[in-house]
Amino acid sequence: MNTEHTRRSFFVAAMILACVLPFLLSNFRLFQFTQAYIYAIALLGLNLLTGYNGQISLGHGAFFAIGGYVAAILMDRWGVPYALTLPIAAIVCLAAGFLFGLPALRLEGLYLALATFALAIAVPQILKYFERWTGGSQGIVLIKPAAPFGLRLTADQWLYFLTLAILLATFWIGGNLLRGRVGRAIVAIRDNPIAAQAMGINTSVVKAVTFGVSAALTGLAGALSAVVVAYVAPDSYNFLLSIILLIGIVIGGLASISGAIYGAFFIQFVPNFAQDISKAAPWAIFGVFLIVFMIAMPTGIAGAIALIRNRLARRRVPETAPATHRPGMQATP
Amino acid sequence: MDIFIQQVVSGLATGSIYAALALALVMIYEATDVVNFAQGEMAMFATYIAWSLINAGVPYWPAFFGTLAIAFFGGLVVQRVVIRPVANAPILTVVIVTIGLLVIFNSMAGWIFSYVQKPFPSPFPKEPVRLGSVVLGSHDLGQIGVTMLVLSCIWVFFRFTPLGLAMRAAAQNPLSSRLAGIRVGWMLALGWALAAMFGAVAGMMVAPVLFLDPNMMAGVQIYAFAAATLGGFTSPVGAVIGGLVVGVVENLVGTYVSFIGTELKFSVALALIIVVLLVRPSGLFGRATVKRV
Repeated sequence: MNTEHTRRSFFVAAMILACVLPFLLSNFRLFQFTQAYIYAIALLGLNLLTGYNGQISLGHGAFFAIGGYVAAILMDRWGVPYALTLPIAAIVCLAAGFLFGLPALRLEGLYLALATFALAIAVPQILKYFERWTGGSQGIVLIKPAAPFGLRLTADQWLYFLTLAILLATFWIGGNLLRGRVGRAIVAIRDNPIAAQAMGINTSVVKAVTFGVSAALTGLAGALSAVVVAYVAPDSYNFLLSIILLIGIVIGGLASISGAIYGAFFIQFVPNFAQDISKAAPWAIFGVFLIVFMIAMPTGIAGAIALIRNRLARRRVPETAPATHRPGMQATP
Repeated sequence: MDIFIQQVVSGLATGSIYAALALALVMIYEATDVVNFAQGEMAMFATYIAWSLINAGVPYWPAFFGTLAIAFFGGLVVQRVVIRPVANAPILTVVIVTIGLLVIFNSMAGWIFSYVQKPFPSPFPKEPVRLGSVVLGSHDLGQIGVTMLVLSCIWVFFRFTPLGLAMRAAAQNPLSSRLAGIRVGWMLALGWALAAMFGAVAGMMVAPVLFLDPNMMAGVQIYAFAAATLGGFTSPVGAVIGGLVVGVVENLVGTYVSFIGTELKFSVALALIIVVLLVRPSGLFGRATVKRV
């Protein structure tokens, strides 16, 4: 298939570029790319819940915070190796998300938005309150891990590659999950919960598990972020973090896997350019983008790219499949 | 006992702020089925306008009413320009749009007026009022008085005027109202305008206590959410009662339950919201919605 071919070559090109980057950029720029990848993992988590499953979360920063603090406390208190803290953080967040998802089952649409909004606002206070564990407003300072196995990489380069590997793994798993039976169930619940139930989908279980998996992905990203930044503090997990994540999935594209990547680059790099204008400028731009995208381009960057690609493909081979057909998507065994 | 009464009155004062903001939320919810996450930020921005007017030499009360007029038109414009295009979109879309508004108002305030806290004048005398051995803050009492006055005005408006009736009809049954000749679109816009006005009252009343800064309303808004949830998003009376109850409870808990204090203020609101939603999602006074499938 023609489009499949271009898609693959595009992916290979992007991967080569991603692997060369660490040797071209300064440590600071590289650090920003690492952060963008971390955001992408978190956005994948949020998108799974909000984009695909239709459960609105305005408080995913909370799970990012839990992940970060679990990793930080494990490393700081018990000297657990950082690589081990990542899966532990993901599992803790899986449990936390599942538990929050259970009562959330009863909350529809707006009420879930309200509850998660309150969660996002409450997080920094809760973190400060349990001072004995979290170090209060001072936070916890960590040591940046060096490259293992005698690899001749700087710490930043090593963390970049580690993050890239985790990013690819999560996206591969997430993509497969959403393309299959489970993915269809998740989307069906969003589009028509009653019909989904009639088709034999256990909506409560699927919704609660989706909440858990979503939280686990975001928590994993939070733990990675704690390792990479080597510092956690309550005020870096404030309400705005949750809003940033929401902005990421909206701009990148709701219910789109590649959208998480576009969104991550948007929220990572746009503020850098805007900050020169004023301290408030990035947020003003974010706000305007949110509204304009919702009104004019609700499918985000990913939707726009798909639209352009389909137009081009149709022009090239007019007799092939209709615009909605995405090769490789329907490959069921 | 004196301390208890003082705490209750000061709780009622805070509660009246929550009540005003919660009522604004409920009005918008009733009219357009939207929870306006930007309500608090709109109120904050209006308060900055009042601050600018007062700083430019306008006396307090003209500035107060001038701000109400500006907030009214601001709310109208927001509904017509931003909310109407997504009126029929899924809930997620509308929630995101109001979050966008929240972000815009917050950052614009920071951009124009800076993030430095500003003192805001109170129109009431500084001397406390003494009733026997009980000492009550004049601003607290004034605040209760002003919000209660506004609430009564709005009750009269909805209960006894043709326009208020038309607005209620438009919210309850848009199609029939349209057939009866009511301009439903404008009624909804009017709902947003009035809500923005209440918000402005709440903002101007709370600013002397909290000091004016772009994040002033974050805490107030989350308590207003708790109040509206407790009273029921479908009940204006419930929102007011919910606001007062939440204000008093918050104050008493802060005074008498030492481990919560002010440090877990937001968590109390979070817990309240979640518990109410779980136990009685329609709130104390709201009607349960039955959906046809």
